[in-house]
Amino acid sequence: MATTVTKIDKLVGKRVRRKEDPRLITGTATYVDDIVIPAMNHAAVVRSPHGAAKIKSIDISKAAELPGVVAVFVGADVLGVGTVPCGADLPGLRRPVHHILAQDRVYFVGHPVAVVVASNRYIAADGADLVEVEYEPLQAVTDVEKALADGAPAVHPEWPDNKAFTFSQTGGEPDKAFAEADVVLKQRIISQRLVPNPMETRGVVAEWRQAERALTIYTSTQVPHLARTILAGMLGLEEHRMRVVAPEVGGGFGCKLNIYAEEALMGFIAMRTGRPVKWIESRRENFLTTIHGRGHVDYYEIAAKRDGTILGLRLKIIQDIGAYHQLLTPAIPTLSVLMMPGLYNFRNIQADIVGTFTNCVPTDAYRGAGRPEATYGIERMVDILAAELKMDPAEIRLKNFVSKDQFPFPTATGLNYDSGDYHATLNKALTEIGYSDLREKQAEARAQGKLMGIGISTYGEICAFGPSPATPAGGWESATVKVEPSGKVTVLTGSSPHGQGEETTYAQIAADELGVPLDDIVVLHGDTSIVQYGIGTFGSRNTAVGGSALYYALQDIKEKMKKFGATLLDCDEVEFENGKCRDTKSGKEVSVGEIAGASYRAMKLPPGTDPGLVATKFWEPPNFTYPFGAHIIVSEIDRETGHINILRYVAVDDIGNILNPLLVDGQLHGGAAQGLGQALWEQAVYDDNGQLVTGEFMDYAMPRARSMPWIESSHTCTPSPVNPLGVKGVGEAGTIGSTPAMVNSVIDALSPLGVRHVDMPLTPEKIWKIVAEAGA
Amino acid sequence: MNRTITVTVNGKTSTHEVEPRLLLVHFLRDSGLTGTHVGCETSLCGACTVEVNGKAVKSCTMFVVQADGADILTVEGLCGSDGKLHPMQEAFWNEHGLQCGFCTPGMIMVSKQIVERNPNPTDEEIREGLDGNLCRCTGYQHIVNAVRTAAKAGA
Repeated sequence: MATTVTKIDKLVGKRVRRKEDPRLITGTATYVDDIVIPAMNHAAVVRSPHGAAKIKSIDISKAAELPGVVAVFVGADVLGVGTVPCGADLPGLRRPVHHILAQDRVYFVGHPVAVVVASNRYIAADGADLVEVEYEPLQAVTDVEKALADGAPAVHPEWPDNKAFTFSQTGGEPDKAFAEADVVLKQRIISQRLVPNPMETRGVVAEWRQAERALTIYTSTQVPHLARTILAGMLGLEEHRMRVVAPEVGGGFGCKLNIYAEEALMGFIAMRTGRPVKWIESRRENFLTTIHGRGHVDYYEIAAKRDGTILGLRLKIIQDIGAYHQLLTPAIPTLSVLMMPGLYNFRNIQADIVGTFTNCVPTDAYRGAGRPEATYGIERMVDILAAELKMDPAEIRLKNFVSKDQFPFPTATGLNYDSGDYHATLNKALTEIGYSDLREKQAEARAQGKLMGIGISTYGEICAFGPSPATPAGGWESATVKVEPSGKVTVLTGSSPHGQGEETTYAQIAADELGVPLDDIVVLHGDTSIVQYGIGTFGSRNTAVGGSALYYALQDIKEKMKKFGATLLDCDEVEFENGKCRDTKSGKEVSVGEIAGASYRAMKLPPGTDPGLVATKFWEPPNFTYPFGAHIIVSEIDRETGHINILRYVAVDDIGNILNPLLVDGQLHGGAAQGLGQALWEQAVYDDNGQLVTGEFMDYAMPRARSMPWIESSHTCTPSPVNPLGVKGVGEAGTIGSTPAMVNSVIDALSPLGVRHVDMPLTPEKIWKIVAEAGA
Repeated sequence: MNRTITVTVNGKTSTHEVEPRLLLVHFLRDSGLTGTHVGCETSLCGACTVEVNGKAVKSCTMFVVQADGADILTVEGLCGSDGKLHPMQEAFWNEHGLQCGFCTPGMIMVSKQIVERNPNPTDEEIREGLDGNLCRCTGYQHIVNAVRTAAKAGA
């Protein structure tokens, strides 16, 4: 036994390349579509071509006769299966019954009507083409404001006003604030519908073992455990005999935080046919039937003093629900209300939401989920206020920020911001971009007739979902640490990473705590038959909540190792450091491997201690975390084409402690790309008949390599006091910060033309028309 | 009405009876080479990019009968026989050029082609070369870094 302690370099905080990557870069990872089970059939779903219609008849005979077709099911066949659930609740919420296959009526284009099961995917698709459905088309309504107008077609005949719910929240004394204000400004602001578009579409493989009454569902999901509980209920199965596996998941961004009709439908088919079945969503189906995000028409009013002090904010949200509630649909706009004050100190708010049914696919959580809409709104309104008062947009923000000595800061909407220094973050961003010089350059550019803009966005967000009372289905997370007899370590996490890289970050945490090499740690997730119950991955919660559960499980393991270490060293007190227990008096040591072996061999147990080295922790967070940041974008508009050229993009994000800067950069870049996508290019457009006009990558403009600017990313750091790691969450920060910075930049560029607001996406066509009409 | 085709995939030549409508990507995947992914079925996302006779091709919009006699390289064929990663794979790993990994095989295949055609690409040229491939996770910045790094290393 060695007698000296050597400090081992800590891995947390280092740019560690990912443990996940070898399987991904060699093409050997297993996504749902890569799973093959002997005798497996393939399913193709017949979908409504109408936004609203009655189903008069369905003739499956030709499909059923096609060689290779095994079965065809229609709505009447699946009445025994439970309906698609909504896990969110609000007072007076209207809940349309959402069968997994349409019954007598279809409510949106893509609504599943029938399913064909065949021996291969091509024959299943042929069979789906042969299913003859006779429809009586009805008038659809796809625009939320038209849906609320008198005499609008009713999406659900039982609710002619198309209101899914109304919700109001007041904080402080908004009426008084508005009465006392020197300035009140109003603006209608749209956060358009977006298509999440993970590169892997949804997919399901289901396998039924009759003798064991056991169903296994492989599904591309962010929430395997919740899926098991809910799908078992829908299919009338015993939860403990059901296994849900999220294999490699090719991106989610919120759209796989859900329970979809097809997941239950494949379970039903596997049970009914006795054969495994696979369904892989086509990209066209993904556009039509996987949830969309955003979909707000917002009416803002801001009240302020002439010196720029913001007094209050009023907000009316008209939320496009779509035809049904998916898992969290009605909860999403309530998150917008929670975040509506942004980083500012005002205490008076009034918010009213009207959830509105339309003949469109449901909306639900998409990266940011309610917070991008809120941030976009307040950050646009602050810029509009600055322009009205002829104040600098940086100055008005610095004037109104919550100051660093106000934390924990209780907001007008009932949140409790954990920690921060908003002034420092914006000042750093201003320095990085050279703000004062830049305004001079802008003045020169304007003098030459150039349309140059500087856009600032300062965002706050609510992350690490979250305390269970405030999170549907629970907001805790679980971790198990198993030190195997050889001293190798297995971590089981209840979270379900799908690209974020927690197989690496969790291993970094475990390696540092246990003092073992990174390669000695394996992190497993996503399989309910292997991993203890967990909640899943969404709301930037993995590391902050799942990582904290892991941290505490590791402390339990360390305590137990110290007991075994003391027994092995035959002493009263040991220190645990760098993978060794050390007798503080004699200096003698035993390693993790030696302790682990002894704990399982159990020749001599420490008093009151059980054999083995396994610890499980279910950790409940005491609060959300509140990352924040400042993004500044410099842009120039080409007058001839309306094209927006991004000259610089500086992002300073405060996400608390950073465990792996390489992965944090990746999250921020990707988030920013999605936020710029909303600002400049992306929009789900339905026509009045309910057809999704932007239903393929040909028509829906995704950010591509050539359209993305270089992002200059840096950080300030105020550790979160909410969790032991001091982390806040980074998954959604880039998406939330980027959109208002981009739009504010373009509006700033257009401001010499008298432009105050333009709704997204800021396409060249839209910008060119504005410039042309201004005659400038 | 099946057709007989002979293809060489990752150095191995074999003959098959195929339906004329069978897409190249499904042929490859059904052969167990599931590293080539289907992302859009319309040649707009590039997740299915493979090399056919040395040129990057989107295998979701090519029938396998069109590849009769062709030499095909997929992501699984990039590693050396000793299991050593191709420099482009290594660069994607080192530079964190991937997150969920679904677009990655296509990205690596097209990146290899970018550097083969232009050994010293500028960032702008790299971005232009990547423009037919979609990634929803990375914002492309780390992918550009990976391609630049691999090019400098003489990939």
